[in-house]
Amino acid sequence: MNLPFAIIAAVIVAAATAAMTLRNLVHSSLAVAVAFGGLALAYLYLDAQFVGLTQILVYVGAVAILIVFAVLLTRGGEPPEKCIFSATWFWGLLITVAVFATLAWCVMHSFASRRDPSDKVEVTVKQIGDALMTKFVLPLEVIGLLLTAALIGAVIIAMREEKK
Amino acid sequence: MTPLAGYLLLSAFLFAIGLAGALTRRNAIIVLIGIELMLNAANLNFIAFWRYGPNPEELTGIMFVIFSIAVAAAEAAVGLALIIAIYRHYKTTNMDEINSLKG
Repeated sequence: MNLPFAIIAAVIVAAATAAMTLRNLVHSSLAVAVAFGGLALAYLYLDAQFVGLTQILVYVGAVAILIVFAVLLTRGGEPPEKCIFSATWFWGLLITVAVFATLAWCVMHSFASRRDPSDKVEVTVKQIGDALMTKFVLPLEVIGLLLTAALIGAVIIAMREEKK
Repeated sequence: MTPLAGYLLLSAFLFAIGLAGALTRRNAIIVLIGIELMLNAANLNFIAFWRYGPNPEELTGIMFVIFSIAVAAAEAAVGLALIIAIYRHYKTTNMDEINSLKG
């Protein structure tokens, strides 16, 4: 347990908790952008530079903006007068606590998490590009097809239906 | 506590926060943000296991996370489009009021 990890973890936990508890949707979406940025820092700290920068590009750059646009288009900017939690919030919280307790117990008792850290690893973008073009070329093509289909589908779903 | 256990606990807590948001909040957009947080917790696990695993030069963890980020981006786009379509139909994003399939 060292200081950079503690700072990154504190930022992620605080931002994610704020995103899930704030009343105003705009504040929530900005807090979740901070949480995504903190995760990018965690990836950079774990020697995964390419993934960290991809996280900044995709999540902070695209997904956070997409969420803000959805808030804008659904007029969610005004804070609700009523309770922000749903009618079944108690059971949701109970399930969450049970899930976290199970996961934490497993982490603390598993022998895999007691492994000693390996030496510093160097992963260059060239290595990742080589792997993407040789060993992982089929998943790359499939993911391209999936992204195309998903984006066309999103446009069609969100398109205004024409009045007959 | 080893570094790997620290990352796994952080990831478990992030997953729990996302799950709590998805299960207890009324607004559909917050539910989608919670799902995004859960996906990110899984990605953090992949990177932590890759970094502290026996052979990190294999790059499998990094590749899995890159593909997982792409799938999550597609999921966010489709999910937000669905929320916008639902809002246009019901004039609300409150999950408690959207309770009929054939509106």
